Amino acid sequence: MRLELRGITKTFGSVAANSAIDLTVEPGEIHCLLGENGAGKSTLMNILYGLLSPDSGEIVVDGEVREFTSPGDAIRAGIGMVHQHFMLVPVFTVAENLVLGHEESRGGVLGWLDRRKARQDVVEVSARYGLPVDPDALVEDLPVGVQQRVEIIKALMRDAQVLILDEPTAVLTPQETEELFTVMRGLKAAGKSVVFITHKLREVRAVADRITVIRRGKVVGQADPKTGVRELASLMVGRDVRLVVEKEPREPGAVALSVRGLSVRDDRGQLAVDDVSFDLHAGEVLGIAGVQGNGQTELVEAITGLRPAQGSAELSGRQLIGASPRTVLRMGVGHIPEDRQHDGLVPDFSIAENLALDEADRAPFGNMLMLDLDAIAKNGADRLAEFDIRAESAQTPAAALSGGNQQKVVVARALQRDPALLVASQPTRGVDVGAMEFIHKRIIEQRDAGKPVLIVSTELDEITALSDRIAVMYRGKIVDIVPSDTSNEELGLLMAGGGAEDAAADEAAPVSDAVPVSDAVPSAAEPTETAETAEPAAAEPADTVPAPRAAESPVAEAEAEPVRDATPEEAPAEESSETADE
Amino acid sequence: MSDRLKLRSEESPQGAVVGDGRAKRILQAIVSANTVTVTVLAFVLSVVVGGILMILSDQTLLHEWGYVTSVPGDAFRDSWHKVADGYVAMFHGAIYDPKAPQALRPIENTVVNATPLVFAGLAVAVPFRAGLFNIGGQSQLIIGAVGATWVGFTFSLPMPLHVLLAIIVGMLCGAFVGGLTGLLKTRFGAHEVITSIMLNNIALGVLAWLISTKAFHDTHRQDAISKPVKDSALLPHIHGSSPEVNLSTLLAILAVAAVWWLLSRSTLGFRLRAVGSNPDAANTAGISVARTQVYAMLIAGALMGLVAVTQVSGTLSASHAMTNTLDNGIGFTGITVALLGRGKPVGVALAALLFGALNAGGRVMEAATQPTVPHDVVTVLQAVIVIFVAAPLLVKEIFRLRDVRRGGSGPAPSVAPAATVDSAVEPVT
Repeated sequence: MRLELRGITKTFGSVAANSAIDLTVEPGEIHCLLGENGAGKSTLMNILYGLLSPDSGEIVVDGEVREFTSPGDAIRAGIGMVHQHFMLVPVFTVAENLVLGHEESRGGVLGWLDRRKARQDVVEVSARYGLPVDPDALVEDLPVGVQQRVEIIKALMRDAQVLILDEPTAVLTPQETEELFTVMRGLKAAGKSVVFITHKLREVRAVADRITVIRRGKVVGQADPKTGVRELASLMVGRDVRLVVEKEPREPGAVALSVRGLSVRDDRGQLAVDDVSFDLHAGEVLGIAGVQGNGQTELVEAITGLRPAQGSAELSGRQLIGASPRTVLRMGVGHIPEDRQHDGLVPDFSIAENLALDEADRAPFGNMLMLDLDAIAKNGADRLAEFDIRAESAQTPAAALSGGNQQKVVVARALQRDPALLVASQPTRGVDVGAMEFIHKRIIEQRDAGKPVLIVSTELDEITALSDRIAVMYRGKIVDIVPSDTSNEELGLLMAGGGAEDAAADEAAPVSDAVPVSDAVPSAAEPTETAETAEPAAAEPADTVPAPRAAESPVAEAEAEPVRDATPEEAPAEESSETADE
Repeated sequence: MSDRLKLRSEESPQGAVVGDGRAKRILQAIVSANTVTVTVLAFVLSVVVGGILMILSDQTLLHEWGYVTSVPGDAFRDSWHKVADGYVAMFHGAIYDPKAPQALRPIENTVVNATPLVFAGLAVAVPFRAGLFNIGGQSQLIIGAVGATWVGFTFSLPMPLHVLLAIIVGMLCGAFVGGLTGLLKTRFGAHEVITSIMLNNIALGVLAWLISTKAFHDTHRQDAISKPVKDSALLPHIHGSSPEVNLSTLLAILAVAAVWWLLSRSTLGFRLRAVGSNPDAANTAGISVARTQVYAMLIAGALMGLVAVTQVSGTLSASHAMTNTLDNGIGFTGITVALLGRGKPVGVALAALLFGALNAGGRVMEAATQPTVPHDVVTVLQAVIVIFVAAPLLVKEIFRLRDVRRGGSGPAPSVAPAATVDSAVEPVT
């Protein structure tokens, strides 16, 4: 199916989320939509999926103009979408989820579900496209990567010809990401097209046939996967960005945070953090790596007083466990919560008010009785300038900001107090390259000022770029603490529970599932080669694209990679796909 | 909706630019579906619905509408008179009556009717801003009244002290019930709506029992009524003769100012709003959600205690004693007032005034019209206003208003005000 978007324009109020966007997805191609957060990728895809209607422009399927007023229309036209947040019912089995909304029942309206038929369908589709799943498994028991696979199967069962994947790799381990790429290549071989939405440059280069870069609602250029990371980044952001975190080696100081035998239970009463101990030194960044849901959230919540725990965590001799969040904050802990929308910001409050949220009863923001509105406003204006928060004024409500700017508000609040310990969870989640660069710089400044910094991130690149040491968490335990120059492969293995406990790894990590995938789709056996065979047409850049440097030296390439303070020579070795590109 | 508007404006060239910049801005502000516009239009709609009800409630008119096709004049003329008379009478009763001996009397009526509603509205608005739904106004009012009445008939004190004591005890008793609801929620996770409903029932039972006991029952009377409070505990009147505007009105103004200060200037109010908007973020920032919500309910209960004092020691109660119907549904009317006032103190005051005016005017309308337009029309009017306010999308759809994004830089200038004003008039005519 050939899918064409012509002159799609969509405005919200005075903001043009999409202006005159043209996009063509050829049959059997992996088309990557690259852009910062808030660039308009999701709006465009929601228009394509019938969730929004465009102000002008048309959607053309195989030469025929179509109008989608609901996802149902889009699905009937052969468009499938896998959302960032899965639309699955956790307590249903895979088969039940897959027939949901399309149940075949026997005996009319009051009939019973034809479970056997549903199972057969699932097995058939999953075998055809090499997407192994157990139709009888409950979705809540499945790893995230497999849940995503269920979503893909769901779209395929509705005969999707074009599959939209919205930031699919955000929740995956490096291994799971590789598997997903294999699946994508398999779909391509089966003649389906994939629209892959992301802001991760390396992934784009690994899997895309064609890249369309969107910035501020406009298509700013097309590129082929051979384009250098730095060029893609500057195309995406609109200016030159440095992707390396500049970091001088430093001798860590004395132990600042000492965690001993910490055990934390999650909301369901399960042991989420299991007897964890580690030390964090002054002037050191300790990165906690791990796939989402391996206890990192609970660990941070325990240290910041948000969740009861057993064991001990002492900050310069003072016990954090058992203290209220307020006491912990008063001890000087700066906390960047992992989910800014959920735990970081009060949406109705202005930027200035949000910046004063944790200290409203203390000077300079106020006292026990009343607020000092002038001081709050002044602080707001100051931070707005200091942290480059893009907003009309500090009185703008937080809800009106883009994700990256919201994150800057949260970061500014944690840092403005000059914290004695900085705990940063996913400090750059969903943040664009420009903001990421800035936030990383500020975090390293803390470290250089001799403060202890604890970083939790599921982005391996972020962890390796920032950390002095990396602790890998798996199933509530710290599997190992390794130096920051450990390779991504090794870290990936540790994140899947490998290393010390190989046996445990097999049952949890869906690595074993990957084997039949490549069997079923032989053409995808050489992934990097497939990515190489980009259509020649795609190489033609739009006029806004800065002219690609003819001879891209490997050195420049490596420098652009967001890997720690690595010397250029060793960087390419890390990523097999990366080296293959060059 | 916006598409439709844009089309209209493109079709009508005369609507391109109307008036100078300021006039245009004002028009745009009206056209854009902000809360004030929606509230005003909801009122307009409810007046239309009320008019239809007046016509439907009149047998003669219904008969005339029966032959409307042959003699249309009768039905339209008489209906117009009917509705106009009704609303004019209401206006006379609530705002100003040129023929009345005391020109300020209707306004006084309105204010006296509005006063308890101000407290009650605030008592719902404050918890609402903290993310709680205070449906328990009834129980807070009743227990507050028990305290205030007991103080009123038990002690013998000089006037200012006695009044002050009654007010304080009434507020404390109300706050106790409110705080209990808050505590049950934050400590034990009982949903405040459920516990409030139960507490309402308990309070009604306690009231019925108390006024039958020796301690409370007025032995001079046969019916279920408590002893009246002593004159020294009555709220002193500050204006007019009867019904007087008394101290409670002054207290209501103070309460509006205090709640405004609380919500927009105080540290507690800051926490309260943070908790109401995003409890998780508030908690992460070290604000105790439980404590804040209990405070909000304490304040709400104290405000309902003020309603209790107004009811018992104020002007509206001729007997100055507790009866089974003491609460008069004010606890629930407070919910609608708070909703209409959008949870803002000044909004609540205005909404209370509107409801007060409708109540005062309704009574006059009932007496002045022939055949009678029942006072129930007022209740329907109030309900219709609230329904329309609660369904802003419906109002916007009826009047073809454009939605304006929050924090946006105002509506795009391409839309012609003239075109939209046309459409806004349509349903009314």
